[in-house]
Amino acid sequence: MTFVLCGVVSVSHYLVVGAVLFTCGVVCMALKRNALGVLMGIELVLNGANVNFVAFGSEYLAGDSRSVLGLDGEVMALFVILLAAAEAAVALAITLNFYNNHATVDVDRADDLHG
Amino acid sequence: MNHEAFGLLANLFAFLDWHEFFFLLFAGVACVAAVMVVLSDNVVRMALHLVLSLGATSGLFFLAGAEFVGAMQLMIYVGGTLVLLVFGVMLTAQTQLVALRTPAGDRVIAGILAAALLAVLVQAAFSIESWQKSGQGVATAPTATPLGMALVGVRVDQVAEENLVRPKSGYLLPFEIVSVHLLVVLIGAAYLARAKRRRVPRSVDLVASADSTKPRSSVAASSTLVAGGPK
Amino acid sequence: MAEFLIETMGFPAWLSWTAIAGLSAFLILNVIAGGALVFIWAERKIAARIQDRLGPTRTGGRFGWLQSLADGIKLLAKEDLMPDGADALLFRIAPYVSFCASFCAFIALPFAFDVVGQRLNVGVFFVVAVLGLEVFGVILAGYASASKWSLFGAMREAAQVVSYEVPLGMCVVVPVMLAGSMDLVTIGEKQAGWASNWFIFHDPFTFIIFWVYYTCALASVNRAPFDLAEAESELVAGFHTEYSGLRWSFFFMAEYGSMFLVSALAAILFLGAWNGPIPVSQLLGLSDGMAANAPYALRLLGCINLFLKATAGVLVMMWIRWTLPRLRIDQVMTTCLKYCTPIAAAMFAGVMLWQLFLPGGLIAGSFQNAAGVREGWLEQSNNQDPDNEDALSDILPSRRIVEVSR
Repeated sequence: MTFVLCGVVSVSHYLVVGAVLFTCGVVCMALKRNALGVLMGIELVLNGANVNFVAFGSEYLAGDSRSVLGLDGEVMALFVILLAAAEAAVALAITLNFYNNHATVDVDRADDLHG
Repeated sequence: MNHEAFGLLANLFAFLDWHEFFFLLFAGVACVAAVMVVLSDNVVRMALHLVLSLGATSGLFFLAGAEFVGAMQLMIYVGGTLVLLVFGVMLTAQTQLVALRTPAGDRVIAGILAAALLAVLVQAAFSIESWQKSGQGVATAPTATPLGMALVGVRVDQVAEENLVRPKSGYLLPFEIVSVHLLVVLIGAAYLARAKRRRVPRSVDLVASADSTKPRSSVAASSTLVAGGPK
Repeated sequence: MAEFLIETMGFPAWLSWTAIAGLSAFLILNVIAGGALVFIWAERKIAARIQDRLGPTRTGGRFGWLQSLADGIKLLAKEDLMPDGADALLFRIAPYVSFCASFCAFIALPFAFDVVGQRLNVGVFFVVAVLGLEVFGVILAGYASASKWSLFGAMREAAQVVSYEVPLGMCVVVPVMLAGSMDLVTIGEKQAGWASNWFIFHDPFTFIIFWVYYTCALASVNRAPFDLAEAESELVAGFHTEYSGLRWSFFFMAEYGSMFLVSALAAILFLGAWNGPIPVSQLLGLSDGMAANAPYALRLLGCINLFLKATAGVLVMMWIRWTLPRLRIDQVMTTCLKYCTPIAAAMFAGVMLWQLFLPGGLIAGSFQNAAGVREGWLEQSNNQDPDNEDALSDILPSRRIVEVSR
């Protein structure tokens, strides 16, 4: 664990946080049987990506201003947040419809089209 | 003795950089809460941990100097999207659905794969030399104004650079696309989740509801609550 | 202030920063807690007077002014009950979540020039965002109580708060647009001078949008007539039905804290922040308004100004609560979606057009801010560098805006 406490915070530290969030999100998407759990996994994945975008865009973290994304990173993060909101709204509407029709939110039961 | 202890404490505090301390705090909360989202079976607990995780992430954004993105994360993600999500959880949270368990075998496989993925990603994060140099102490200008200008199509942050004879066009087009996209989503979600028109005539319905002593299910009640009453 | 400690007192940097942070947190906590005590007493007295009663009269002397302190001691001593079917963890932390959100929003709220926990570049946005998090405490409380009344209250609250955040955000953007900054301190500074400089009197649209803001703020802090989450005539006590003792009082501290917060935000955004209606200090030649080196006495005066304005806002909220009947949930939604949002959008467009065509105000010169902005424009256009004009011609207008807004 020397790398965490070896001094000032750098881009790499943020990338590790992003990696943890991303992994948790992927596992969540794969494991959860609750449709809303899957949705939460997606949110985690998007957030992990966001952490990376912001870390790469931050001049405060990466001293060399030539190598940073600058504003582009933050703009990307903003777009990700917006699209995540849109995606959550639609996914929630679908889930509620599914619940109305099947009285469950278990994604394994969504097999009406299974041959 | 007392004096020594105080000196030790002072040294500890002087050694501890507040920026680093808060980074560790927020990063720890974000990661632990994310893991808890995966580990907990109760969907309401999952939502709570997700809120914690995303809130801590917005703290990380503030620490990285991205104030606007941090506030946006708090407002749209935590305050909007997640409230919506929790709302959905509560609409569907019936006792048998609150905890849907996953088979243990699946969990083991997922754990192994996750460990492998995490190892690869962490390895990648530390693989590039320049990512480990920190620019702490670099005074950075607030980014909210340049960000706003970039969204309407002007890159004020690149004014000083020479390649601005043909200035980059910024993000006006993506901004427009996203706004139209949001409008489409708004209409689509409202259409999908609208209160269904009832087939039965109204008088019959009234009689039926007067007959049954059991209250309406929370789902029906709440969907009328959202839609502003059945039309 | 921390710089002052470091430079003149010779304290080490870490100690001064920590001490100042602790002091700020302590002061903010006292504003919330002390404010709640005073406001609860005031609410009881006002409610009583409106209903032709006397209200508390005995505790602590003539006006019963120690009543809420006595209540607080009673609440401390009460048994902390938890229903059998409750989700223990969520039930326990829910009040603290609510209170923390209310508390955190105060961090970015300036009480006078530079009297602010942390001056944030995106202050307005931060305050509104964090205030929106308070709803989580209510939702958790509603779910964890394992009671249908609580659940209904929480659902209503979630629907209501998410809906009202839309018009609220739109109203908040208007002063941001007029001041050219999201920094609350800057917004306050721009309204220095006579009362005619206050943003509420900037043009007719801002005057209307102030009332829209006030309505939405009322709804977003769940005060009557929008207090459906705790509608006592239908839901027993709504989301806090199952709470007692100290946890219950935390919900109330959060509620009164948020009431004060949105009122203070209204004062800062529309009512001239910490500037009085008459620029006394300026007329007496004491200072150039609230300049960077304003003496502490002036800052204290600013604090008093802001507290008076915010308290007036809270008192109006109480007056409304005891005057108007509670709305039905569909009426609440109608108010938000069919009235507040379109009005806010139209006023927003109106303010935008006003800024474009009448930046100096109807009577030129009476709006010093607008005049200042216009002079900034002229100055900028005179100072254009002829050599770079071709290269920068595309971006110069926007550059000017940025310069002015700083």
